[in-house]
Amino acid sequence: MAQPIIEVQDVSIMFNKSSEKVDSIKEYFVRLVKHQLMFEEFWALKNISLTIEKGDAVGIVGLNGSGKSTLLKIIAGVMKPTKGTIKVHGSVAPMIELGAGFDMDLSARENIYLNGAVLGYSRTEMDKKAESILDFAELWDFVDVPLKNYSSGMVARLGFSIATAHIPDILIVDEVLGVGDYKFQEKCEKRINEIVATGATVLFVSHSIQQVEKLCKHALWLEKGKQVMYGDILDVCAAYMNQ
Amino acid sequence: MRQIAGSIQGFMKYKNLLYELVIRDIKVRYRRSVLGVLWTILNPILMMIVMTIVFSTLFRFEIEHFPIYFFCGNIIFSFMVTATSDALQSILGGASLIKKVYIPKYIFPVSKVLSSGVNLFFSYIAMLLVMIATGVEFHLTMLLTPIVVFYVMLFSIGLGLILAAMMVFFRDIAHLYGVFTMAWMYLTPIFYPVSLLAEKSHWFLTLNPMYHYISYMRDITLYQTIPSLAENLTCLGISLFFLIIGLIFFYKRQDKFILYI
Repeated sequence: MAQPIIEVQDVSIMFNKSSEKVDSIKEYFVRLVKHQLMFEEFWALKNISLTIEKGDAVGIVGLNGSGKSTLLKIIAGVMKPTKGTIKVHGSVAPMIELGAGFDMDLSARENIYLNGAVLGYSRTEMDKKAESILDFAELWDFVDVPLKNYSSGMVARLGFSIATAHIPDILIVDEVLGVGDYKFQEKCEKRINEIVATGATVLFVSHSIQQVEKLCKHALWLEKGKQVMYGDILDVCAAYMNQ
Repeated sequence: MRQIAGSIQGFMKYKNLLYELVIRDIKVRYRRSVLGVLWTILNPILMMIVMTIVFSTLFRFEIEHFPIYFFCGNIIFSFMVTATSDALQSILGGASLIKKVYIPKYIFPVSKVLSSGVNLFFSYIAMLLVMIATGVEFHLTMLLTPIVVFYVMLFSIGLGLILAAMMVFFRDIAHLYGVFTMAWMYLTPIFYPVSLLAEKSHWFLTLNPMYHYISYMRDITLYQTIPSLAENLTCLGISLFFLIIGLIFFYKRQDKFILYI
């Protein structure tokens, strides 16, 4: 039963923190001549190791800038760690930002196919899901309206519906439940619980400790890129709140 | 070896995305504008008229069927310029996606080159219209056009990959490339006879990839000749060379993109 689905081993990632980014050839040479090519190291994550088992729901807590999103991005394959290795077995549905990759000039229907393809699904696969996506997002009245005329809540609803249309092996949720009205938030939580119930693994980031406690079994506490604690949800949350 | 197998597997998984991105580009470009399509046909024709007036009355180049001679060079060259300039911006344009979801990044430049093909198609129709209007006969050899288009596309993908990767780190590449393509256009026999350059500096002409593609296009459209095996191998060789260099250049840098976009 205890089958690891995500293995993070001693992962560290470094960014360049220099105040001004050199992004033109002209700048580059001017600074090269003036000896101002600075490179300031900044470790966004340092020596993170954890193993997540299949079917687990893991919450990640920590203050702003503690490296939560960076860790999720590494697991989603968006970034590569500077040091360490990461192994992910299975398909990942990343919800790091809802509606990433939408084209605002296209309609909801066209965006369903575009975003589906981003997640690796073909047109025929999305054909089957298109109706349930629009049902869930409650956007039937606006199917053929370009997205630029949507409200931000409507865009988020569509994004959530597409991302959860297929049951993935791993679902990554990064503070996206704050959008939409309370009714839709409830609906989203219900949907995530359904996905967890099918045996999928969930990684969840939220500033709302109640939400994390409600959804997760284990938690990881990060502080300034370092791993403070990893264990049972109640222990970690209690320690985090009492710091 | 396993890496190559993995890349091919990845490509199969994401070929739908490539298709969707190309469709998206085309839709956005031509949406709700009948005139949009009309302009892509009219624009090369108007350009041709200006060039014909300037170069056959003022400069008096003795070129038979000058309008078509110009057209063959211009549509191939313009296609390459549009495709590579779009590819240049493609990684930055796709930043919102690249930052949030894992997708193979080469998909962006490749999709831009493919969607520029639609423009080429309309320009080609414009050329056919002008051929009818000026009484130039159609030849069976014109059926070979897809082959030369294929060569130019491979070349543009290779160059586009290099440019897109450079653009991420140095934003002023876009300005430099604009100047570069202008110089390149004047150094390519598009609106003057090949002999003008061939007499003085033949070596320079053969080093210009676009010269080979444009000659190929003229051979099959104007001169009813089937290009020799050597010519085909030269064109294919140049295309593959640039494609491979482009892929290597791109792959070596792609993991750093996310830190700069």
